[in-house]
Amino acid sequence: MAVVEPEHEAHDDHHDHGEFIAHHFESAEQQFDSGKLGIWLFLVTEVLFFSGLFVAYTLYRVLHPEIFDQAHVFLDKYLGFANTLVLLFSSLTMAVAVRYAQLGKNQHVVWYVLGTMVCASAFLGVKAIEYTHKWDQGIMVRSYFDYHAGHHEASMPLARALGVSDYLIWISIVPVLLLVGFALFAVFAKLTEKANAAFFSACMAIAIGGYFIGALAGHFYMELTDGGIGGRSEKAAALMAYEDETHSDHEHTDKPADHHDESAAEQQKETSEIAPYEGPQNDEFDQDIGIFFSIYYCMTGLHAIHIIAGIGFLAWILWRSILGHWRSDYFGPCDYVGLYWHLVDLIWIYLFPLLYLID
Amino acid sequence: MSHDHDGGFAHPAPPKLLITVFIALVLLTILTLAMSSIDLGLMGAFGFWIAMSIASFKAALVLLFFMHMYWDKPFNVLVFLSSSLFVILFIGLTLMDSSHYKNSVDEYPRQPDPPALSP
Amino acid sequence: MATAAERKKLFGHAENNYLNCTKGIRSWIFTLDHKRIGVMYLVGVTLALLLAGVFALILRLNLWTNTSELLTDAQYNQMFTLHGAVMVFAFIIPSIPAALGNFVLPMMLGAKDVAFPRLNLCSFYLWILGTGFLLWAIISGKGLDTGWTFYTPYSIQTDTGVIYATFGAFILGFSSIFTGLNFLVTVNTMRIPGQGWFKMPLFLWGLYATAIIQVLATPVLGITLLLLIAEKAMHIGIFDPKYGGDPVLFQHFFWFYSHPAVYIMILPGMGVISELIAVYSRKKVFGYSFIAFSSVAIALLGFLVWGHHMFTSGQSIVVTLIFSAITFTVAIPSAVKVFNWLATMYKGSIALTTPMCYALSFIFLFGIGGLTGLFLGALSTDIHLHDTYFVVAHFHFVMVGGTLTAVFGGVYHWWPKMFGRMYNDNLGRLSCFLVFMGFNLTFFPQFVMGARGMPRRYASYDPEFTIFHQWSTAGAMVLGIGIVLGFGVLVYAAFKGPKVAGNPFGAASLEWQSSSPPDFHNFIHQPILHDPYDFESMIYDEELDTYVPKEFMEPDKQPATEPEPQTH
Ligand code: HEM
Ligand SMILES: [Cu+2]
Repeated sequence: MAVVEPEHEAHDDHHDHGEFIAHHFESAEQQFDSGKLGIWLFLVTEVLFFSGLFVAYTLYRVLHPEIFDQAHVFLDKYLGFANTLVLLFSSLTMAVAVRYAQLGKNQHVVWYVLGTMVCASAFLGVKAIEYTHKWDQGIMVRSYFDYHAGHHEASMPLARALGVSDYLIWISIVPVLLLVGFALFAVFAKLTEKANAAFFSACMAIAIGGYFIGALAGHFYMELTDGGIGGRSEKAAALMAYEDETHSDHEHTDKPADHHDESAAEQQKETSEIAPYEGPQNDEFDQDIGIFFSIYYCMTGLHAIHIIAGIGFLAWILWRSILGHWRSDYFGPCDYVGLYWHLVDLIWIYLFPLLYLID
Repeated sequence: MSHDHDGGFAHPAPPKLLITVFIALVLLTILTLAMSSIDLGLMGAFGFWIAMSIASFKAALVLLFFMHMYWDKPFNVLVFLSSSLFVILFIGLTLMDSSHYKNSVDEYPRQPDPPALSP
Repeated sequence: MATAAERKKLFGHAENNYLNCTKGIRSWIFTLDHKRIGVMYLVGVTLALLLAGVFALILRLNLWTNTSELLTDAQYNQMFTLHGAVMVFAFIIPSIPAALGNFVLPMMLGAKDVAFPRLNLCSFYLWILGTGFLLWAIISGKGLDTGWTFYTPYSIQTDTGVIYATFGAFILGFSSIFTGLNFLVTVNTMRIPGQGWFKMPLFLWGLYATAIIQVLATPVLGITLLLLIAEKAMHIGIFDPKYGGDPVLFQHFFWFYSHPAVYIMILPGMGVISELIAVYSRKKVFGYSFIAFSSVAIALLGFLVWGHHMFTSGQSIVVTLIFSAITFTVAIPSAVKVFNWLATMYKGSIALTTPMCYALSFIFLFGIGGLTGLFLGALSTDIHLHDTYFVVAHFHFVMVGGTLTAVFGGVYHWWPKMFGRMYNDNLGRLSCFLVFMGFNLTFFPQFVMGARGMPRRYASYDPEFTIFHQWSTAGAMVLGIGIVLGFGVLVYAAFKGPKVAGNPFGAASLEWQSSSPPDFHNFIHQPILHDPYDFESMIYDEELDTYVPKEFMEPDKQPATEPEPQTH
């Protein structure tokens, strides 16, 4: 973007402005402090942005604990745990990157930022496995929730060949394109002797490669454990939920003792378009379990969007580190992106126990 | 803010500290995971609160050291912490209310079975 | 001390200024100058106001008879929804902070720009984008008929353009957040050396308090609208009772933002009025710190009362009582301000210029609007008054009588600074008179019919309300003429008005220590800090026909140090 600024006679208050100090700031420190307060305020808005989802979560958990009890067995806590570790580690590398930026050691910053990006992509890879596994079983948001246990046959030839879900192929298109694009561009830039661009593109390709590492690891975990062990196996889950339901129905004797056998339920569907809600259905999973997954998808989805945005910001930091911009009196952007990244981690620190570890 | 570095306002965190914090975070994560795996009948509903306390402790570690709050201006700390106040307010006041009309929501006629989306 | 020539350069009328320092359309659309962004915002919000104003006139015309002859019921629903949504999200929320605030705030701090100029420009483009999406709901032919509140479950059932409109409001929310964030940082880190918090003009306190709300509350609007879009697109079962969701939860979400948002609308207006009252009474404001802190108090208390919009929603009694009680406390800081303004005027030398006329009408109208808020905050009366024209009248008294009046007052006050030219004061006063009379004629009858049970958002009504509606419609026409006249006077002045120098009103806050219009860098010299309400610090310069800081006057032109005024 062209910044249009009139040429102006030298000002009496004009002093030795460093390379990166904007004209309206008096000193590097003022600029840094402004940015710092700005990013903290931005994080405040992020926290409040997520707060709505936490409200929805708390509300449904308090009002319908049974739904949460039934639903959480579908989440594999070991995958969640692994992802937590990945994010924590990425936070560590980011913190170290900021440290080196503060010391002006740009080359170190490059490596640690790259490490952070690889972790970020790996996190998304694992998430992709988790999501697609659920979609295969019809574990969707409330209105599309249509659980059917068991193994699902992929229809796409490629998916069959690889032994993965159709959905995984679809959502991997973007990372594949990015990976190939950056790799090709790296070669092109190398040939045209644009050293920085070549190096940057190569780094980006590696960073995006993290997605495939995560997805592969997640995939093999699922294969080896036959659908994951962190969330109890499929059949056990189905059984558990079934038992829980019948169990809880017996307890709630205050509810209208209308025990809906199949014929009654069918009759109802025929008579009225919209059936009155009669508590959890016995023969099927309760559709309202879908609300848990609505919340799950909203929370983790929004979080994943933040990770993706974070990768974009980190790429910018990576580029500027390659250009060697950081000095002990100018490292603000790296610090700010670091703060953003830690916040994303922070939110996950809460999401993990809230979603995966319900007992 | 102290200016112990030459003219700088940077406070590079010692690497040892960062690694220690990381290890503590991992251990705490393992602890939460273990807690949920072992059936702690005696804890009951406290399990949730313990898990949340551990999470908050982890959050505090991240904030203090990874996010440099420990060295930051008090005003910035205040700004960020105030956000949690408003989140609590939001959750608290909304929750005080919702159980009151829970039944009307539960009894509201539901949409019949959803369209199947799976391939 | 400076020579006359120097004074002319520093405080005179500047032929070379921020408006013409660079030329061409690109120099405007890529500008990072807060003054230009402020001017662009001003143009933008004015257009939004006029558009939504046309919707309002159509609504009023439709209500001339009780059988809704002009519009079908569905069209009527769309019309009031778009009127409300455009007015609230595209006009009133950005009006004072983004347009006037952007222009004035950095100058009041003696700074060259806001802390993040790029973010500032980004905020403006988000405003355009968001407004575009709102309007797309109309242009696409789908319309929007949920009311500006988007209540579930209706908003999920209707097949009008809810997704476009909510997405537009979502984007406008971010525009507002960015402005607020920018202002908070700018005020914190960019004050001129020596300017403590209590040496800031009160307008800045108003903007600061507003910005706190913008940053804390608007994200919640963002997530609310996202969830609503998800609910509408995929039925995620959070707000839609047909899928086990909780529609009242939507109201909690919405009002957690939107009650604080009504203070986003009024606090900057109150800040403007604090300036105007002091300048045109030529008296130090009475109780500076009370006015300052009451802004912050309003901002914070405003977060505790959202449930007063939900008294009849099925909310529990306990919560209702709590919200009602806290609602009353919000009125206290508002009243503190009103009393302080009155006390400031007491024994001041009041100049009834156009801005001052607007300020006086603000005090009167906001007073009524605020007091009727208390009727609505009281449980027993609200059960009767909720969703009637009484509520409509209440919020128009605060939003139009309050904020719009303050917008006019502020724009008239800073217009000579923005464009270096003076408007016709008599015509300005006439516009104020028309706005005031038209406004009262429009909305006062609405209190009466509301109290008698006329529900809001109805296209047709019982015949006994006809006479009130006809008054109201007639008043709306007068109000419309007043508003158009008000803008007409200003626009004419910007091009053809007599040139003025830096400080025609003798105000003492820093933005007046510049040429008119200001230089690109705001100040050619480092401005000299005085108390913003120490009007003695500015001395009339006959050659320039304007006020300049006393430090710049030759000693012989300074009035002989007067003997201490004797106390009688
Ligand atoms: C003195 C302080 C105020 C009090 C005590 C107050 C109280 C209330 C109450 C209780 C309601 C709900 C009425 C109902 O729906 O039954 C209400 C509605 C409303 N108020 Fe206020 N109010 C105050 C100031 C303001 C201000 C300053 C504004 C805006 C600038 C404002 C804008 C609104 C709006 C827009 C509504 C209606 C929202 C809707 O349902 O569409 N109020 N007010
Ligand atoms: Cu309110």
